[in-house]
Amino acid sequence: MALLEVTNLGISFGGLRAVDEFNLTIEQGELYGLIGPNGAGKTTVFNMLTGIYKPTDGKIFLDGKDVTGKKTADINKAGVARTFQNIRLFGDQSVLDNVKIGLHNSFDYGTATGIFRLPKFFKTEKEMDKKALEILSVFGLDTSADILASNLPYGKQRELEIARALATNPKLLLLDEPAAGMNPNETRDLMNTIALIRKEFGVTILLIEHDMKLVSGICEKLTVLNFGRVLSQGRTSEVLNDPEVIKAYLGE
Amino acid sequence: MSLFKNLNKSTQKLLGTIGVIVVLYIVMTIMDGTGNLSSLMKGLLVPVCAYSLVAVGLNLCVGYLGELSLGHAGFMCVGAFSSAFFSRAFQDAIPDVPRYIIALVLGTAMAALFGFLIAIPVLRLKGDYLAIVTLAFGEIIKNVINVMYVGTDSEGMHFSMKDQLSMGMALDGKMIINGPQGITGTPRQSTFTIAVLLLILALVVTHNFVNSRTGRAVKAIRDNQIAAETVGLPVTKYKLTAFTISAAIAGLGGVLYAHNINSLTATTNNFGYNMSIMILVYVVLGGIGNFSGSVVAAVVLTMLPELLRGLSTYRMLIYSIVLIVLMLFNWAPAILKWRDEHGLTTAAILGKFKKKEVR
Repeated sequence: MALLEVTNLGISFGGLRAVDEFNLTIEQGELYGLIGPNGAGKTTVFNMLTGIYKPTDGKIFLDGKDVTGKKTADINKAGVARTFQNIRLFGDQSVLDNVKIGLHNSFDYGTATGIFRLPKFFKTEKEMDKKALEILSVFGLDTSADILASNLPYGKQRELEIARALATNPKLLLLDEPAAGMNPNETRDLMNTIALIRKEFGVTILLIEHDMKLVSGICEKLTVLNFGRVLSQGRTSEVLNDPEVIKAYLGE
Repeated sequence: MSLFKNLNKSTQKLLGTIGVIVVLYIVMTIMDGTGNLSSLMKGLLVPVCAYSLVAVGLNLCVGYLGELSLGHAGFMCVGAFSSAFFSRAFQDAIPDVPRYIIALVLGTAMAALFGFLIAIPVLRLKGDYLAIVTLAFGEIIKNVINVMYVGTDSEGMHFSMKDQLSMGMALDGKMIINGPQGITGTPRQSTFTIAVLLLILALVVTHNFVNSRTGRAVKAIRDNQIAAETVGLPVTKYKLTAFTISAAIAGLGGVLYAHNINSLTATTNNFGYNMSIMILVYVVLGGIGNFSGSVVAAVVLTMLPELLRGLSTYRMLIYSIVLIVLMLFNWAPAILKWRDEHGLTTAAILGKFKKKEVR
C-alpha cells in the first residue's frame, strides 16, 4: 500500500481553478519531487495535503486512511509534517523550545501539572530536552539551542524548521522550497542533510524545489505541475527529458 | 548564591520580583506599625494589589496569547460581585475564615467560567474586533449588575430586574444586591498580607504557566498560528485555556477589591471602560509579556495620583503634556540628534546604571 495516495485532487478559488485533477502516489521511503514554473499550484497542493486549504474535489489517503478535509492539527497527528516557503518559525522562542513545541504531542502532562510544578513536570521536561537536543544535533544546531530562533542565520532557520517538523514524528515530510535563498554551498549541505534525515528518521519526503541540481541530485521520482495540472510524472531522468517539461520551463 | 545562578533567567527574575515585593511588604508593615503611614496610603495598599493582579491576568492575555482584551475590568467585576454576594448571603451562616476562602475560590471560578464562555465566540475574532467585543462584554456586565435587585427574607431569595419594591420582600428581609447601589456591608476581610500572598501566588502561577508545555503552545500560537497547527497543536483549546486563566486571575483581583470596601458598586470608574483601559496602561507601561513590570506599573500609577492629589485639577492636563513630551523625547528626529550629541541616548543612560565588571 502506498504511503500517500492522492486522487483527482482539485481546488477552486472563486472562478480560478488553481489545481485540477491532481493525482499522486508516493511509496514508503521514497524521495519525491514536485516541480513546476511559478504559480503552477505546487504550494497549493501542499496546503491541501496539510489541511490548510480544504480541497473542492478529490481524496487524500495517508497510509490507507482518508484524511481529506481534516483539520491541520489532526493531519499532523496522522503523520504529515511540513516546512514553509516563507519560514514560519516561532521567532520569539529559543531554538530548543521550537523543537519542543514540535514534540508537544509526543509527551504529555497537563496544564495543572505545569502550573504547580508537580514531579511529572520535571521528569517530562527533562526527557523533552534530551529528545529535542538529539534532533537538533542531527543539524548541528544543538550548540545554539538557547538562542532565539529569529536570531539564527537564514540557512539555519530553514534547518530548524525541518527539525521542528521532524520532532512531530511524521511518516511523510513535506519540504516547501528548502533551498530557496541558499547559495550553492548551502544547497549542497542541504542535499546531504536531506539524505541524512531520510536515513536517520526513516521518513518519506515530498519536496517542492526550483533548484534543478538539487532535484535531479536527490529525487527519485518527479511530478511536474503546470497551470494547476500534472504535466508529467515518473522517474526523474525520464521526466526531465520529457519535451513537454522542457517546453514549459524554457519556452518553445 | 551559586544555586540562584543555576536557575534560568526567567526564574531568577521571578524570585527577584518576589523578593522586592516581600521587602516592600515588610517596609509597609513596619511603617504602619510605627504610625508613619498616612491613612490615604494605607487605604491604597489592598487596591494596588488588586489592580496588580488584574494587570498580571491581562498581561497573560495580551503578552502571551497575543490578543488585546478591553474587558478585563468585566472579569474583575464578575469576581468582585459573585464573591461579595456570597459573603453577604452567608455572612451569618459560615464562620469568617472558611467563608473568605470559599469567596476567593468562588469569585475566581466565576470569572474563569465567564472568561471561558466569552472566549468561545470572542476568540474566533482577531485584533480590533476582539477588542471591541470584549469591551462590550465589560460594559454589559456592569450594566446588568446595575439593574439587579436580589434580597433574602424568611421565605427565601427574591430577585428582580426592575426595582426593589417589585420583589415583594417581607419586612425582615435584607437586600444583597441593591441595583445601582450595589452590595453594601461586605465584610472587609482582604488584608494587606492576604493581598500580597495572592499577588505572589499569581506571579508564580503565570510564570509557571508560560514556561510549561501548555505555555509554549500558547506562545507558538501567538507567534505563528498556521505553523502551530501544522505541528499538531490544538489551537482553540489552548487559546481557551490561556484566556480562562487570564480571566480567573482578574477575578481574583476582583474578590480582593470587593472585600476591601464597604459598598461595592459597578460604576464606569471601578469596573467599566475606564478601568479596563487603566489596566491595559499598566500592562503596556510595565512591558507586554513582563508580569513583574505590570506590578510595578500598577503600583506606581496608583500611588502617583494619590501622592500628587494637590494637583488633581490639572491631572489630565499634566498627563497629556507628559505623554507628548515623552513621545517627542523618544521619537522626534531633532531631539534624537540633540540627545545623540549630548550623550543622552537610551543606551548611554542605561549604561550609567549598569554594574561595572568586577574581577
